[in-house]
Amino acid sequence: MRIELKKRDGISTLFAILSPFVALGLTLIAGVILFIALGKDPVAALYSFFIEPLTEIWSLHELAIKAAPLILIAVGLSVCYRSNNWNIGAEGQFIIGAMAGSILPVVFHGWQSPLVLPLMIVFAMIGGAAYAAIPAFLKARLNTNEILTSLMLVYVAQLFLDWTVRGPWRNPEGFNFPETRNFHDYAVLPRIIETGKTHWGFGFALIAALVLWFIMRRTLKGFEITVLGQSARAGRFAGFSDKKMVYFAFLVSGALAGLAGLSEVSGSIGQLRPVISPGYGFTAIIVAFLGRLNPLGIVAAGLVLALTYLGGEAAQISIGITDKVTRLFQGLLLFFVLGCDTLIHYRIRLVFGAAQKGSAA
Amino acid sequence: MKKTLLLLAAATALAGIAAPANAEAMDKVKACFIYVGPVGDFGWSYQHDQGRLYAEEKLGDKLETAYLESVPEGADSERALERFARSGCNIIFTTSFGYMDPTNKVAKDFPDIKFEHATGYKREHPNVATYDSKFFQGRYVIGQIAAKMSKTGSAGYIASFPIPEVVQGINSFMLGAQSINPDFKLKVVWVNTWFDPGKEADAAKVLLDGGADILTQHTDSTAPMQVAAERGAFAFGQASDMIAFGPNTQLTSIIDDWGPYYLERISAVLEGTWEQQATWAGMAEGHVVMAPYTNMPDDVKAMAEETEAKITSGEFHPFTGPIMKQDGSEWLADGVVADDGVLAGLNFYVKGIDDQLPQ
Repeated sequence: MRIELKKRDGISTLFAILSPFVALGLTLIAGVILFIALGKDPVAALYSFFIEPLTEIWSLHELAIKAAPLILIAVGLSVCYRSNNWNIGAEGQFIIGAMAGSILPVVFHGWQSPLVLPLMIVFAMIGGAAYAAIPAFLKARLNTNEILTSLMLVYVAQLFLDWTVRGPWRNPEGFNFPETRNFHDYAVLPRIIETGKTHWGFGFALIAALVLWFIMRRTLKGFEITVLGQSARAGRFAGFSDKKMVYFAFLVSGALAGLAGLSEVSGSIGQLRPVISPGYGFTAIIVAFLGRLNPLGIVAAGLVLALTYLGGEAAQISIGITDKVTRLFQGLLLFFVLGCDTLIHYRIRLVFGAAQKGSAA
Repeated sequence: MKKTLLLLAAATALAGIAAPANAEAMDKVKACFIYVGPVGDFGWSYQHDQGRLYAEEKLGDKLETAYLESVPEGADSERALERFARSGCNIIFTTSFGYMDPTNKVAKDFPDIKFEHATGYKREHPNVATYDSKFFQGRYVIGQIAAKMSKTGSAGYIASFPIPEVVQGINSFMLGAQSINPDFKLKVVWVNTWFDPGKEADAAKVLLDGGADILTQHTDSTAPMQVAAERGAFAFGQASDMIAFGPNTQLTSIIDDWGPYYLERISAVLEGTWEQQATWAGMAEGHVVMAPYTNMPDDVKAMAEETEAKITSGEFHPFTGPIMKQDGSEWLADGVVADDGVLAGLNFYVKGIDDQLPQ
């Protein structure tokens, strides 16, 4: 006996809309069972996971800050994935972007002017895009597998940052600890509103999502992305160049990942450290798919994922569950969302005996 | 936002105050801890959590605690600290170097809450204190044991990051070993992580293959101990007593005992006597404790106990001249003791260490 996934002929619109809610419902049920098994009050646990972080203004700001890099990176990745370019290296582009953007406040810290921040943003986007151009070039020219090259470059970027922060960029007044000097005031990304902590990184994320949504939906470029993604050959007949698309997709996603990196170091951390990302570049891949590669869907998905991080902390403090349970719970949520999506597009068929092609289903 | 904060502060204050005259003292305190690793690492974070449990046991009903584990350094830790500050914590312990700036940032917004940062040096606000332990005192003792016990006359050192605390440890170990065997050899492998059992085990194998027959580590997992046990070498535990992972392997372990410090500082909050300070305590205060000396002859054990007693009483300081730097130039003249300021920023090796300090 074996199990087959068979594509459904028609996709139910009703269920396509309901799918995320069904997934959420299933997650809640699984959560209740999980928390009861752990001897915790399930209502309190779920409250602290999903509701508590939304009840206070400071926490909403934190939600936006946490979601910003995820959304920025993920909308860039959606261009890649829609055009069939598998950029797994956003984490590295994030890091190199952050480093390129930090050149001014770290190396030329004496130059303090309102021009610094705009230049940092430009440097960061160029840095991220340039780093993404490496796997793009290798793919377009030598036909290498971009999944491998972009992923390997993540480790290169991580070690390069580590070396730089311990070596040439180390804060001379920092007792030898591995970190750069703190950014001066002109190099810090300002808050969107004075009363809350949300910085412009979140603004960039929303703008990027809107712009890319417009490009994908309303422009020829968007059509080109989709066509080349579904069939490079068909795209060539339409006069589109799949090589150019490789560069376009990688440069866009690299620039956005670089911008995300700069927003994080300039808006949240305030300096470079040996580690500046808890894996945003990888989590963003999940966010991109959770948002179904639609930039607006990605905004929602980024907020939901950020909520589970905040909720996880709230649950650790208020009901004393461990970090492991919160990660398990995040996993459950993703499992059900992706599971529901799959079952809407495919149905499960049990096949008994040896496979017999052409037999009546 | 300000309002919620004030209400929160008022609520905690009301809950705690018995007599308004003694506005500072409280009869119940909430202490919160943030850890960089999992509490089950059997190393650094585990020991901090043991300290938390110790304080809880001693103070009973007067103390409520909460903790967050595996909190990444950087923006996440700032959010975690803010959440703690808003959830009624009176004192917050931040137990990793990378929490230094977030601790000071959040402390600025919550002047009524006490913050205690481990292993850092920034105290930018009156409600921030720092604390650390003189682990290098224990390193000197194990250096002496290593020199006595090693047949090949060489030991392997698995080091995390080239920050002063780790450099102090390597130097102190070497000085201890040289006091027994002036030709002792020490090889260092930098793994650039605090906790990665796989990398630590690989480093352990490399060092043993390179001729070392004793391992010591400044990383948090039990992997090097287990590798040493498989190979029949000796090893020293780190942060906690790791004897269970190498019953015939562990010679001793340098245990971080944070319990007394946590009890003292939380009690100070209860009594209203908490003040900013920079604590750097060691064996004398009971913050650095040696695990039982095992798997060694009695004379080695006696020597170790004697050195430990001398360091504890203050009679001896591991960094006492004459000490040469690695390049052969003089660091400390005969009889001169290194001052804490220099040690806190230590960035060079003493003579005889077979490694280039990453700069």
